[in-house]
Amino acid sequence: MKLVFEHSSPGARAGRIPIPPELSVPAVPDELRRRRPPRLPELPEVELVRHFTKLTTRNFGIDTGFYPLGSCTMKYNPRVNERVAALPGFRDLHPHQDEDGAQGALELMHDLQEMLAEITGLYAVSLQPAAGSQGELTGLMLMRAYFADRGESEQRRTVIVADTAHGTNPASVTMAGYELRKVATDARGNIDLDDLRGKVDDSTAGLMLTNPSTLGLFDEHIEEISRIFHDVGALLYYDGANLNAVCGISRPGDMGFDIVHINLHKTFSQPHGGGGPGGGPIAVREHLEPYLPVPAVVREGDRFHLDYDRPKSIGKVRAFTGPFGVFVRSYAFILGWGAELRTMSEDAVLNANYLLARLKDAYDLPFDRLCMHEFVLSARNLKKEHGITALDVAKRLMDYDFHPPTIYFPLIVPEALMIEPTETETKGTLDAFVDAMLAIAREAADEPETLKTAPHGRPVARLDEVKAAKRAIVRYRFEDHPDLTAEPTAPAQVEAPKGA
Amino acid sequence: MTYATLTDADRSAMLEAIGLSSIDELFRDIPSGVRFDRPLALDDPLTEQEIVGRLEELAARNVHAGEELSFVGAGVYDHYVPAVVDYILQRGEFLTAYTPYQPELSQGVLQAIFEYQTVICELTGMDVSNASGYDGTTVAADACYIAKHATGRSKIVLAETISPQVRQVVRTYAPGFGMEVVDVPHRDGVVDPEEFRAAAEGAACAIFQQPNFFGCLEAAPQLAAAANDAGALSVAHVDPISLGVLEAPGAYGCAIAIGEGQSAGNPLSFGGPHYGFIAAREEYTRRMPGRIVGETTDVHGKRGYVLTLQTREQHIRREKATSNITTNQTLLALGGLIYLCWLGPEGLQEVGETCMALAEHAKERLELPLLFPEQTTFKEFGVRVGRQAQEAIKDARAQGVNPGYPLGRDYPGMDDAILVAVTERRTVDDVELLAEALAE
Repeated sequence: MKLVFEHSSPGARAGRIPIPPELSVPAVPDELRRRRPPRLPELPEVELVRHFTKLTTRNFGIDTGFYPLGSCTMKYNPRVNERVAALPGFRDLHPHQDEDGAQGALELMHDLQEMLAEITGLYAVSLQPAAGSQGELTGLMLMRAYFADRGESEQRRTVIVADTAHGTNPASVTMAGYELRKVATDARGNIDLDDLRGKVDDSTAGLMLTNPSTLGLFDEHIEEISRIFHDVGALLYYDGANLNAVCGISRPGDMGFDIVHINLHKTFSQPHGGGGPGGGPIAVREHLEPYLPVPAVVREGDRFHLDYDRPKSIGKVRAFTGPFGVFVRSYAFILGWGAELRTMSEDAVLNANYLLARLKDAYDLPFDRLCMHEFVLSARNLKKEHGITALDVAKRLMDYDFHPPTIYFPLIVPEALMIEPTETETKGTLDAFVDAMLAIAREAADEPETLKTAPHGRPVARLDEVKAAKRAIVRYRFEDHPDLTAEPTAPAQVEAPKGA
Repeated sequence: MTYATLTDADRSAMLEAIGLSSIDELFRDIPSGVRFDRPLALDDPLTEQEIVGRLEELAARNVHAGEELSFVGAGVYDHYVPAVVDYILQRGEFLTAYTPYQPELSQGVLQAIFEYQTVICELTGMDVSNASGYDGTTVAADACYIAKHATGRSKIVLAETISPQVRQVVRTYAPGFGMEVVDVPHRDGVVDPEEFRAAAEGAACAIFQQPNFFGCLEAAPQLAAAANDAGALSVAHVDPISLGVLEAPGAYGCAIAIGEGQSAGNPLSFGGPHYGFIAAREEYTRRMPGRIVGETTDVHGKRGYVLTLQTREQHIRREKATSNITTNQTLLALGGLIYLCWLGPEGLQEVGETCMALAEHAKERLELPLLFPEQTTFKEFGVRVGRQAQEAIKDARAQGVNPGYPLGRDYPGMDDAILVAVTERRTVDDVELLAEALAE
């Protein structure tokens, strides 16, 4: 379909703003004034709406259908959350409004902090980080500040990460100025304790761990792991990407973790927005509270207050107090479940185990245990017998109107299919997905070509990603479309262009 | 209201299929020592109606921009957001999708991001933009990380006229990057290019803001040249709303342009979520952080879009990645795209000129000493109120006018100064009310 720039018609326009006729525009110094207007598209509003509406018809969201993308927790996003986030008292509130004029917002944040402290089993919460990966980096900055305060900056150089970890973990380690050490996974899908013991010593700053892991397995030795780190004075960081498995069932703080990030866009239903926004609050033990980002939202009697007076704070990791609109949605979501939040995680785990039980004969199961909220199958049996890959299975699932699972991750499982149904799917949907997966396994034997050419009937067929990376065309090339290089009309103050 | 979708009959049938007899058995791999053995101390579940009631009650305790006449800016601005933005962003196919890992099901978001990248490149005069950063502060840290690897140097130069929040975030990130920060003070509200040049010697990057935090126009071309001459990456932090009027950073030689996108298409929302943008010259393409969408073709030769240049990213390159970012601010960036398309080139220029005209009018009408009378300003300016700014703001608010941001919070010697922001949402009559409120 056309790009929005290809709908452009010189002189057409959608929006207008009121222009006070009695005022003149002050002069901008010549060397600072824009010479050539930006080539924004020119089109009437109806064409704009049709363009973007057509784009939405070429996209798939949770509202469209089942979206079992592993480790992403693609649960239903309640519509009421959108209604409350749009209340003018939230949507139109300026972040520099003084505290008297923002008591409702501050109370909401304070309440949410307390809820998250209870759910994680930790003492203090900062809502500031913008997403999970920023929560990770913030957590590692807290480690740095904590060890610096203890005079151990030079000594504590390494952070240990499991080989099943999300790529964000090792990337965050580097950005925080630490050295990475990787630890292996054992035959049951737990951290290999022998490997771990050989890598932890008094140069260790901490561990980053997802539990349940990206294999969807709860580490059976978590208490021993916690002892190994705490015995050398190191800290444990919990990657909360998989928190949806354990709310009200097992708390990271009780597992021994000192710092936790929470993905509000996963467990707590902030819509994923095609790739964000997210929210990545962090929760910590009491002795780490002084290092949390400023400002802290604190309660003083009946009033709520932003506290900047935290001399040991790492500082700010983003603007203001964090992605407030995300907080409103997640707060509303938690109010809905309330004290029954455990049922959310129970159903998420039940749904995953049900799918696992029904699929494990048709696909390889690298770790044959009960799973938590997600599980990892391998298509290596289909590859070996019929030349069908995890990618082929994923593409064929689209023909059955399902979004594919996460594929080729975690990296330690070949031909990985990582499936997370979440709690918001009905048994009927799960059964239909099983039927599709079983049909695809049969098709792998009977009509492999159908899988290799999938998907069918989508706006595009399989795309050439190598060509995309090689050509690196990352913006519209106006110059390749001569009929569109005409300069847009603009008021007289703009000079003629100096070339397209 | 709980959002459970299973019935008890479903649960029984599913447990049977698994070969278990109770829900508790699902959790047998969790060691007993770490199982949580009491109910969560949360309130009883609320119905939807009750949730709305509770949130309305909290919202009512905030004073929002529609309830008082607001001239508060200082990084986040009350520009008009058209209805089409809200409408498109609320469509579930965009709202409830995630990162477009599977392009055949995600052409809508992928093409929209490609269009967003194009619009950001057009505004800034750059060659490559990513799909967005978290906000206008974190993209400054991103630029520093690019500069560190591009130059092998470790010094960051920050103009003191950059938003204090941006400077604070860069300072938080810098130690992990192994970098140190040097500030260049302002002279009468702007940075002196010669001082900037001296500071930029041996630096990885030198960052300035245009228009700057005080609303003043910097000698941006000279600042960029000063950084470039010193072998540092010149980085301009710009307001997208200004770029129909002010020159694009790419046109005066900047290596990287960054900024806070909120003013173009996002509501205030108490400071977030908004979007940060980062765009660079082509030579830095493979050092860019985060998601980038590229054009390609499918097996039948049809044009399509995919996530591209992914060997930069954390899920492939892991500890050697150009950034740890994954989830970004796509939906807010799409709001920016729709808004800028709604305005078009003429509309964008008109918004910028209208803000400038109203702000200039306000400067004249206020009859208060300007903080930096020698400088040209865009949509914001500082005034001295002759007493503690906090008190003047309090008194004005009692009359229903919020006159601006107290600069003494961030800058010594400015306890009597207020930073006044005037967007196209204010009128000539509003300016009269502001003048009255500050005159008393």
